[in-house]
Amino acid sequence: MKSKFIDCCGLSCPEPVIQARKAMQESGIGEVKVRVDSSAARDNVSRSARALGWQVQINTENDRYLVTLTRS
Amino acid sequence: MKEKYPIIMAGIVLGIMSILLVLQGNPANMGFCIACFLRDIAGGLGLHRAGVVQYLRPEIMGLVLGAFVSALFFQEFKSRGGSSVLLRFTLGAFMMMGALIFLGCPLRMILRIAGGDFNALVALPGYIFGIWVGTLFLKQGYTLGPAAEQPQSNGLVGPFLSLGLLLLVVMAPAFIFFSAEGPGSMKAPLLVSLAAGLLVGFVAQRTRLCTMGAFRDLLLFRDYHLFSGIAALFVVVLAGNLLYGFFNPGFSSQPVAHSQDLWNFLGMGIVGLAAVLAGGCPLRQLILTGEGNADAFATILGTILGAAIMHNFGWAASPKGVTPGGQIMVIIIWILLLVIAWAVTRQAKKYLDKKKTEISSDFGA
Repeated sequence: MKSKFIDCCGLSCPEPVIQARKAMQESGIGEVKVRVDSSAARDNVSRSARALGWQVQINTENDRYLVTLTRS
Repeated sequence: MKEKYPIIMAGIVLGIMSILLVLQGNPANMGFCIACFLRDIAGGLGLHRAGVVQYLRPEIMGLVLGAFVSALFFQEFKSRGGSSVLLRFTLGAFMMMGALIFLGCPLRMILRIAGGDFNALVALPGYIFGIWVGTLFLKQGYTLGPAAEQPQSNGLVGPFLSLGLLLLVVMAPAFIFFSAEGPGSMKAPLLVSLAAGLLVGFVAQRTRLCTMGAFRDLLLFRDYHLFSGIAALFVVVLAGNLLYGFFNPGFSSQPVAHSQDLWNFLGMGIVGLAAVLAGGCPLRQLILTGEGNADAFATILGTILGAAIMHNFGWAASPKGVTPGGQIMVIIIWILLLVIAWAVTRQAKKYLDKKKTEISSDFGA
Protein backbone atom coordinates (compact mmCIF):
# COMPACT_ATOMS: atom_id res chain seq x y z
CA MET A 1 0.00 0.00 0.00
CA LYS A 2 1.41 3.34 -1.00
CA SER A 3 1.14 6.74 0.60
CA LYS A 4 0.53 9.86 -1.43
CA PHE A 5 1.10 13.46 -0.48
CA ILE A 6 -0.85 16.34 -2.03
CA ASP A 7 -0.18 19.98 -1.34
CA CYS A 8 -3.41 21.95 -1.69
CA CYS A 9 -2.32 25.12 0.09
CA GLY A 10 -3.91 28.19 -1.43
CA LEU A 11 -6.44 26.18 -3.40
CA SER A 12 -10.07 26.85 -2.65
CA CYS A 13 -12.74 24.20 -2.39
CA PRO A 14 -13.75 21.98 -4.06
CA GLU A 15 -10.29 21.57 -5.60
CA PRO A 16 -8.64 19.99 -2.51
CA VAL A 17 -11.59 17.59 -2.23
CA ILE A 18 -11.41 16.64 -5.91
CA GLN A 19 -7.66 16.00 -5.67
CA ALA A 20 -7.99 14.03 -2.43
CA ARG A 21 -10.78 11.88 -3.86
CA LYS A 22 -8.79 11.26 -7.02
CA ALA A 23 -5.86 10.08 -4.91
CA MET A 24 -8.08 7.88 -2.73
CA GLN A 25 -9.47 6.20 -5.84
CA GLU A 26 -6.04 5.37 -7.26
CA SER A 27 -5.27 1.71 -6.98
CA GLY A 28 -2.78 0.63 -4.38
CA ILE A 29 -3.03 3.79 -2.33
CA GLY A 30 -3.61 3.15 1.37
CA GLU A 31 -2.87 6.57 2.75
CA VAL A 32 -3.32 10.09 1.44
CA LYS A 33 -1.82 13.11 3.16
CA VAL A 34 -3.37 16.41 2.14
CA ARG A 35 -1.90 19.70 3.24
CA VAL A 36 -4.38 22.57 3.25
CA ASP A 37 -4.31 26.08 4.67
CA SER A 38 -7.95 26.80 5.43
CA SER A 39 -10.32 25.26 7.91
CA ALA A 40 -12.95 25.06 5.17
CA ALA A 41 -10.71 22.83 3.05
CA ARG A 42 -9.72 20.81 6.13
CA ASP A 43 -13.36 20.13 7.00
CA ASN A 44 -14.44 19.41 3.44
CA VAL A 45 -11.61 16.96 2.78
CA SER A 46 -12.29 15.21 6.11
CA ARG A 47 -16.03 14.98 5.49
CA SER A 48 -15.53 13.64 2.00
CA ALA A 49 -13.03 11.00 3.16
CA ARG A 50 -15.28 9.84 5.99
CA ALA A 51 -18.14 9.51 3.52
CA LEU A 52 -15.92 7.14 1.52
CA GLY A 53 -15.20 5.15 4.68
CA TRP A 54 -11.65 6.38 5.23
CA GLN A 55 -10.19 7.30 8.61
CA VAL A 56 -9.18 10.89 9.16
CA GLN A 57 -6.43 12.34 11.31
CA ILE A 58 -5.69 16.06 11.46
CA ASN A 59 -2.40 17.63 12.49
CA THR A 60 -2.07 21.37 12.82
CA GLU A 61 1.21 22.84 11.56
CA ASN A 62 1.30 26.53 12.39
CA ASP A 63 -1.65 27.84 10.37
CA ARG A 64 -1.77 24.88 8.05
CA TYR A 65 -3.32 21.47 8.43
CA LEU A 66 -2.03 18.08 7.42
CA VAL A 67 -5.05 15.85 6.92
CA THR A 68 -4.06 12.21 6.89
CA LEU A 69 -6.56 9.85 5.31
CA THR A 70 -6.16 6.13 5.87
CA ARG A 71 -8.04 3.35 4.12
CA SER A 72 -9.84 1.37 6.79
CA MET B 1 -26.46 13.81 10.63
CA LYS B 2 -25.16 15.59 13.70
CA GLU B 3 -22.57 17.51 11.71
CA LYS B 4 -25.41 18.88 9.58
CA TYR B 5 -27.08 20.68 12.51
CA PRO B 6 -25.04 23.91 12.16
CA ILE B 7 -25.62 24.24 8.41
CA ILE B 8 -29.34 23.53 8.86
CA MET B 9 -29.45 26.16 11.62
CA ALA B 10 -27.75 28.62 9.28
CA GLY B 11 -30.42 27.97 6.64
CA ILE B 12 -33.13 28.51 9.24
CA VAL B 13 -31.58 31.78 10.46
CA LEU B 14 -31.22 33.04 6.87
CA GLY B 15 -34.83 32.05 6.19
CA ILE B 16 -36.22 33.81 9.25
CA MET B 17 -34.20 36.95 8.49
CA SER B 18 -35.41 36.92 4.87
CA ILE B 19 -39.03 36.88 6.00
CA LEU B 20 -38.38 39.48 8.71
CA LEU B 21 -36.76 41.89 6.25
CA VAL B 22 -39.76 41.67 3.90
CA LEU B 23 -42.11 42.27 6.84
CA GLN B 24 -39.97 45.27 7.76
CA GLY B 25 -40.13 46.84 4.31
CA ASN B 26 -37.82 45.10 1.82
CA PRO B 27 -39.36 44.31 -1.61
CA ALA B 28 -41.35 41.07 -1.88
CA ASN B 29 -39.30 37.87 -2.15
CA MET B 30 -36.25 40.07 -1.55
CA GLY B 31 -35.46 39.76 2.13
CA PHE B 32 -32.00 39.06 0.88
CA CYS B 33 -30.81 39.32 -2.70
CA ILE B 34 -27.07 39.71 -2.95
CA ALA B 35 -27.11 40.65 -6.64
CA CYS B 36 -29.97 43.14 -6.23
CA PHE B 37 -28.38 44.70 -3.17
CA LEU B 38 -24.95 45.06 -4.79
CA ARG B 39 -26.70 46.56 -7.82
CA ASP B 40 -28.50 48.99 -5.48
CA ILE B 41 -25.14 49.90 -3.95
CA ALA B 42 -23.71 50.54 -7.42
CA GLY B 43 -26.71 52.82 -7.95
CA GLY B 44 -26.34 54.50 -4.56
CA LEU B 45 -22.79 55.42 -5.51
CA GLY B 46 -24.03 56.80 -8.82
CA LEU B 47 -22.21 54.17 -10.91
CA HIS B 48 -25.48 53.68 -12.74
CA ARG B 49 -28.43 56.06 -12.89
CA ALA B 50 -31.41 53.71 -12.79
CA GLY B 51 -33.35 55.83 -10.31
CA VAL B 52 -35.49 53.01 -8.96
CA VAL B 53 -32.62 50.84 -7.73
CA GLN B 54 -30.30 53.06 -5.71
CA TYR B 55 -29.63 52.43 -2.04
CA LEU B 56 -26.55 51.52 -0.02
CA ARG B 57 -28.12 48.33 1.33
CA PRO B 58 -26.84 47.83 4.89
CA GLU B 59 -27.45 44.06 4.62
CA ILE B 60 -24.37 43.80 2.39
CA MET B 61 -22.11 45.64 4.81
CA GLY B 62 -23.60 43.56 7.63
CA LEU B 63 -22.78 40.31 5.82
CA VAL B 64 -19.15 41.29 5.26
CA LEU B 65 -18.69 42.67 8.77
CA GLY B 66 -20.54 39.77 10.42
CA ALA B 67 -18.22 37.34 8.64
CA PHE B 68 -15.25 39.55 9.55
CA VAL B 69 -16.08 39.51 13.27
CA SER B 70 -16.74 35.78 13.18
CA ALA B 71 -13.47 35.07 11.34
CA LEU B 72 -11.53 37.24 13.80
CA PHE B 73 -13.18 35.63 16.80
CA PHE B 74 -12.54 32.08 15.61
CA GLN B 75 -9.07 32.94 14.34
CA GLU B 76 -9.96 32.20 10.75
CA PHE B 77 -9.21 35.68 9.44
CA LYS B 78 -6.38 35.34 6.97
CA SER B 79 -5.37 37.81 4.33
CA ARG B 80 -4.94 35.92 1.10
CA GLY B 81 -5.19 36.61 -2.59
CA GLY B 82 -3.40 36.62 -5.88
CA SER B 83 -5.25 33.75 -7.54
CA SER B 84 -6.22 34.93 -11.05
CA VAL B 85 -7.54 38.24 -9.74
CA LEU B 86 -8.63 39.64 -13.09
CA LEU B 87 -10.39 36.45 -14.14
CA ARG B 88 -12.30 36.51 -10.86
CA PHE B 89 -13.19 40.17 -11.40
CA THR B 90 -14.51 39.25 -14.86
CA LEU B 91 -16.41 36.23 -13.55
CA GLY B 92 -17.97 38.47 -10.89
CA ALA B 93 -19.14 40.89 -13.57
CA PHE B 94 -20.64 38.03 -15.63
CA MET B 95 -22.30 36.56 -12.55
CA MET B 96 -24.04 39.87 -11.92
CA MET B 97 -25.00 40.31 -15.56
CA GLY B 98 -26.66 36.88 -15.58
CA ALA B 99 -28.43 37.66 -12.31
CA LEU B 100 -29.82 40.92 -13.72
CA ILE B 101 -31.29 39.02 -16.66
CA PHE B 102 -33.18 36.76 -14.25
CA LEU B 103 -33.69 39.53 -11.66
CA GLY B 104 -32.07 37.99 -8.65
CA CYS B 105 -29.12 36.07 -7.31
CA PRO B 106 -29.43 32.34 -6.54
CA LEU B 107 -30.50 33.19 -3.00
CA ARG B 108 -33.39 35.29 -4.28
CA MET B 109 -34.24 32.54 -6.76
CA ILE B 110 -34.84 30.25 -3.79
CA LEU B 111 -36.83 32.96 -1.98
CA ARG B 112 -38.88 33.51 -5.15
CA ILE B 113 -39.67 29.80 -5.48
CA ALA B 114 -40.68 29.75 -1.82
CA GLY B 115 -42.96 32.70 -2.56
CA GLY B 116 -44.73 30.78 -5.35
CA ASP B 117 -42.97 32.50 -8.25
CA PHE B 118 -42.95 29.79 -10.94
CA ASN B 119 -40.60 31.85 -13.13
CA ALA B 120 -37.90 31.10 -10.58
CA LEU B 121 -38.82 27.43 -10.88
CA VAL B 122 -37.79 27.72 -14.54
CA ALA B 123 -34.55 29.43 -13.57
CA LEU B 124 -33.58 26.70 -11.08
CA PRO B 125 -32.89 24.05 -13.75
CA GLY B 126 -30.89 26.73 -15.59
CA TYR B 127 -28.83 27.36 -12.48
CA ILE B 128 -28.23 23.65 -11.95
CA PHE B 129 -27.37 23.26 -15.63
CA GLY B 130 -24.78 26.04 -15.36
CA ILE B 131 -23.30 24.42 -12.26
CA TRP B 132 -23.24 21.04 -13.99
CA VAL B 133 -21.34 22.52 -16.94
CA GLY B 134 -18.91 24.02 -14.42
CA THR B 135 -18.35 20.67 -12.71
CA LEU B 136 -17.36 19.14 -16.05
CA PHE B 137 -14.46 21.59 -16.15
CA LEU B 138 -13.65 21.03 -12.46
CA LYS B 139 -13.36 17.30 -13.11
CA GLN B 140 -10.96 18.07 -15.92
CA GLY B 141 -8.74 19.99 -13.53
CA TYR B 142 -10.04 23.56 -13.86
CA THR B 143 -8.30 25.75 -11.28
CA LEU B 144 -7.63 29.45 -10.94
CA GLY B 145 -4.40 28.56 -9.16
CA PRO B 146 -3.40 28.84 -5.54
CA ALA B 147 -3.85 32.03 -3.51
CA ALA B 148 -0.97 33.22 -1.40
CA GLU B 149 -0.85 34.76 2.01
CA GLN B 150 -0.62 38.52 1.75
CA PRO B 151 -0.04 41.47 4.09
CA GLN B 152 -2.91 41.69 6.60
CA SER B 153 -3.90 45.14 5.36
CA ASN B 154 -4.81 43.69 1.95
CA GLY B 155 -7.47 41.49 3.51
CA LEU B 156 -8.78 44.41 5.54
CA VAL B 157 -9.72 46.47 2.48
CA GLY B 158 -13.09 44.74 2.03
CA PRO B 159 -14.21 45.01 5.67
CA PHE B 160 -13.02 48.63 5.90
CA LEU B 161 -14.73 49.63 2.69
CA SER B 162 -17.92 48.07 4.11
CA LEU B 163 -17.48 50.19 7.20
CA GLY B 164 -17.07 53.25 4.97
CA LEU B 165 -20.26 52.44 3.05
CA LEU B 166 -22.05 52.03 6.35
CA LEU B 167 -20.91 55.48 7.44
CA LEU B 168 -22.13 56.90 4.13
CA VAL B 169 -25.60 55.40 4.45
CA VAL B 170 -25.87 56.61 8.05
CA MET B 171 -24.73 60.16 7.29
CA ALA B 172 -26.54 60.22 3.93
CA PRO B 173 -24.53 63.02 2.29
CA ALA B 174 -26.16 64.70 -0.71
CA PHE B 175 -23.91 62.97 -3.26
CA ILE B 176 -25.25 59.52 -2.35
CA PHE B 177 -28.30 58.42 -4.34
CA PHE B 178 -31.43 57.15 -2.61
CA SER B 179 -34.34 55.87 -4.70
CA ALA B 180 -37.53 57.81 -4.10
CA GLU B 181 -39.64 55.10 -5.75
CA GLY B 182 -39.36 51.51 -6.96
CA PRO B 183 -37.59 48.57 -5.31
CA GLY B 184 -34.69 50.78 -4.17
CA SER B 185 -37.06 52.80 -2.02
CA MET B 186 -38.50 49.72 -0.32
CA LYS B 187 -36.31 48.96 2.63
CA ALA B 188 -36.33 47.70 6.16
CA PRO B 189 -35.12 50.19 8.80
CA LEU B 190 -31.37 50.63 8.64
CA LEU B 191 -30.63 48.99 11.99
CA VAL B 192 -32.83 45.98 11.20
CA SER B 193 -31.11 45.51 7.82
CA LEU B 194 -27.69 45.83 9.40
CA ALA B 195 -28.47 43.47 12.26
CA ALA B 196 -29.91 40.85 9.89
CA GLY B 197 -26.82 41.13 7.71
CA LEU B 198 -24.47 40.81 10.68
CA LEU B 199 -26.26 37.76 12.01
CA VAL B 200 -26.42 35.98 8.66
CA GLY B 201 -22.81 36.95 7.95
CA PHE B 202 -21.80 35.37 11.23
CA VAL B 203 -23.62 32.07 10.73
CA ALA B 204 -22.70 31.86 7.04
CA GLN B 205 -19.03 32.28 7.95
CA ARG B 206 -19.25 29.52 10.53
CA THR B 207 -21.03 27.10 8.22
CA ARG B 208 -19.76 28.16 4.77
CA LEU B 209 -23.30 28.26 3.45
CA CYS B 210 -23.25 28.59 -0.34
CA THR B 211 -26.13 28.31 -2.80
CA MET B 212 -23.79 27.14 -5.57
CA GLY B 213 -21.79 24.73 -3.39
CA ALA B 214 -25.07 23.10 -2.37
CA PHE B 215 -25.75 21.87 -5.90
CA ARG B 216 -22.11 21.51 -6.97
CA ASP B 217 -21.27 19.12 -4.11
CA LEU B 218 -24.41 17.13 -4.85
CA LEU B 219 -23.43 16.79 -8.50
CA LEU B 220 -19.74 16.13 -7.87
CA PHE B 221 -19.71 14.02 -4.72
CA ARG B 222 -23.34 13.22 -3.83
CA ASP B 223 -22.58 15.31 -0.74
CA TYR B 224 -25.75 16.72 0.85
CA HIS B 225 -24.02 18.85 3.47
CA LEU B 226 -24.45 22.35 2.00
CA PHE B 227 -27.68 21.34 0.28
CA SER B 228 -29.30 20.56 3.64
CA GLY B 229 -28.78 24.22 4.62
CA ILE B 230 -30.43 25.46 1.45
CA ALA B 231 -33.28 22.97 1.90
CA ALA B 232 -33.83 24.27 5.45
CA LEU B 233 -33.83 27.84 4.12
CA PHE B 234 -36.46 26.94 1.53
CA VAL B 235 -38.74 25.21 4.04
CA VAL B 236 -38.57 28.09 6.52
CA VAL B 237 -39.25 30.76 3.89
CA LEU B 238 -42.11 28.74 2.40
CA ALA B 239 -43.65 28.35 5.87
CA GLY B 240 -43.15 32.05 6.58
CA ASN B 241 -44.74 33.06 3.29
CA LEU B 242 -47.73 30.82 3.93
CA LEU B 243 -48.04 32.15 7.47
CA TYR B 244 -48.01 35.82 6.45
CA GLY B 245 -50.07 35.36 3.28
CA PHE B 246 -47.15 36.19 0.96
CA PHE B 247 -47.42 32.89 -0.92
CA ASN B 248 -48.80 33.68 -4.36
CA PRO B 249 -48.35 30.80 -6.81
CA GLY B 250 -48.18 31.49 -10.55
CA PHE B 251 -46.16 32.90 -13.43
CA SER B 252 -47.75 36.30 -13.90
CA SER B 253 -47.68 39.44 -11.78
CA GLN B 254 -44.84 38.22 -9.59
CA PRO B 255 -42.90 40.94 -7.74
CA VAL B 256 -39.74 42.17 -9.49
CA ALA B 257 -39.83 39.33 -12.03
CA HIS B 258 -40.60 38.60 -15.67
CA SER B 259 -41.93 35.49 -17.39
CA GLN B 260 -39.50 34.99 -20.28
CA ASP B 261 -38.61 31.37 -19.56
CA LEU B 262 -35.69 31.04 -21.96
CA TRP B 263 -33.91 34.09 -20.56
CA ASN B 264 -34.64 33.14 -16.97
CA PHE B 265 -33.09 29.74 -17.68
CA LEU B 266 -30.06 31.05 -19.57
CA GLY B 267 -29.51 34.02 -17.24
CA MET B 268 -29.42 31.86 -14.15
CA GLY B 269 -27.28 29.35 -16.06
CA ILE B 270 -24.67 32.08 -16.41
CA VAL B 271 -24.77 32.67 -12.67
CA GLY B 272 -24.35 28.94 -11.96
CA LEU B 273 -21.43 28.47 -14.34
CA ALA B 274 -19.68 31.71 -13.32
CA ALA B 275 -20.15 30.86 -9.63
CA VAL B 276 -18.52 27.45 -10.08
CA LEU B 277 -15.63 28.99 -12.00
CA ALA B 278 -15.21 31.69 -9.32
CA GLY B 279 -15.60 29.22 -6.43
CA GLY B 280 -18.72 30.63 -4.79
CA CYS B 281 -22.10 32.27 -5.21
CA PRO B 282 -22.41 36.03 -4.56
CA LEU B 283 -23.29 35.41 -0.89
CA ARG B 284 -20.25 33.20 -0.36
CA GLN B 285 -18.00 35.78 -2.05
CA LEU B 286 -19.15 38.40 0.48
CA ILE B 287 -18.46 36.05 3.38
CA LEU B 288 -15.00 35.21 2.02
CA THR B 289 -14.36 38.95 1.68
CA GLY B 290 -15.01 39.25 5.41
CA GLU B 291 -12.51 36.45 6.04
CA GLY B 292 -9.79 38.48 4.35
CA ASN B 293 -9.98 36.84 0.93
CA ALA B 294 -8.96 39.58 -1.49
CA ASP B 295 -9.78 37.40 -4.51
CA ALA B 296 -13.39 37.16 -3.36
CA PHE B 297 -13.46 40.91 -2.92
CA ALA B 298 -12.18 41.32 -6.49
CA THR B 299 -15.13 39.15 -7.55
CA ILE B 300 -17.50 41.45 -5.65
CA LEU B 301 -15.98 44.53 -7.26
CA GLY B 302 -16.59 42.77 -10.58
CA THR B 303 -20.27 42.36 -9.73
CA ILE B 304 -20.53 46.10 -9.10
CA LEU B 305 -19.04 46.82 -12.52
CA GLY B 306 -21.41 44.24 -14.02
CA ALA B 307 -24.40 45.99 -12.45
CA ALA B 308 -23.27 49.37 -13.76
CA ILE B 309 -22.80 47.96 -17.28
CA MET B 310 -26.21 46.30 -17.30
CA HIS B 311 -28.10 49.39 -16.21
CA ASN B 312 -26.05 52.00 -18.08
CA PHE B 313 -26.40 50.14 -21.39
CA GLY B 314 -30.04 49.20 -20.86
CA TRP B 315 -29.30 45.47 -20.76
CA ALA B 316 -30.75 44.73 -17.31
CA ALA B 317 -34.11 42.99 -17.40
CA SER B 318 -37.18 44.58 -15.84
CA PRO B 319 -40.64 43.22 -15.03
CA LYS B 320 -41.38 43.98 -18.71
CA GLY B 321 -38.78 41.42 -19.75
CA VAL B 322 -35.31 41.20 -21.25
CA THR B 323 -34.25 43.85 -23.78
CA PRO B 324 -32.78 42.78 -27.15
CA GLY B 325 -29.38 44.04 -25.99
CA GLY B 326 -29.68 41.95 -22.85
CA GLN B 327 -30.53 38.88 -24.91
CA ILE B 328 -27.46 39.33 -27.09
CA MET B 329 -25.31 39.78 -23.99
CA VAL B 330 -26.59 36.50 -22.53
CA ILE B 331 -25.36 34.64 -25.61
CA ILE B 332 -22.02 36.49 -25.63
CA ILE B 333 -21.42 35.85 -21.92
CA TRP B 334 -22.24 32.14 -22.28
CA ILE B 335 -19.65 31.88 -25.06
CA LEU B 336 -17.05 33.86 -23.11
CA LEU B 337 -17.56 31.75 -19.98
CA LEU B 338 -17.07 28.55 -21.95
CA VAL B 339 -13.94 29.97 -23.58
CA ILE B 340 -12.53 31.01 -20.18
CA ALA B 341 -13.34 27.63 -18.64
CA TRP B 342 -11.81 25.77 -21.58
CA ALA B 343 -8.66 27.90 -21.70
CA VAL B 344 -8.07 27.75 -17.93
CA THR B 345 -8.67 23.99 -17.83
CA ARG B 346 -6.29 23.41 -20.72
CA GLN B 347 -3.52 25.28 -18.97
CA ALA B 348 -4.30 23.77 -15.58
CA LYS B 349 -3.70 20.31 -17.00
CA LYS B 350 -0.18 21.29 -17.92
CA TYR B 351 0.32 22.86 -14.49
CA LEU B 352 -0.94 19.77 -12.67
CA ASP B 353 1.41 17.55 -14.64
CA LYS B 354 4.32 19.65 -13.49
CA LYS B 355 3.18 19.97 -9.89
CA LYS B 356 5.16 17.68 -7.73
CA THR B 357 3.36 14.88 -5.98
CA GLU B 358 5.48 12.87 -3.67
CA ILE B 359 4.74 9.22 -3.45
CA SER B 360 6.48 7.28 -0.78
CA SER B 361 6.12 3.58 -0.41
CA ASP B 362 5.95 3.39 3.36
CA PHE B 363 3.52 4.88 5.87
CA GLY B 364 4.47 7.60 8.29
CA ALA B 365 6.97 9.21 5.96
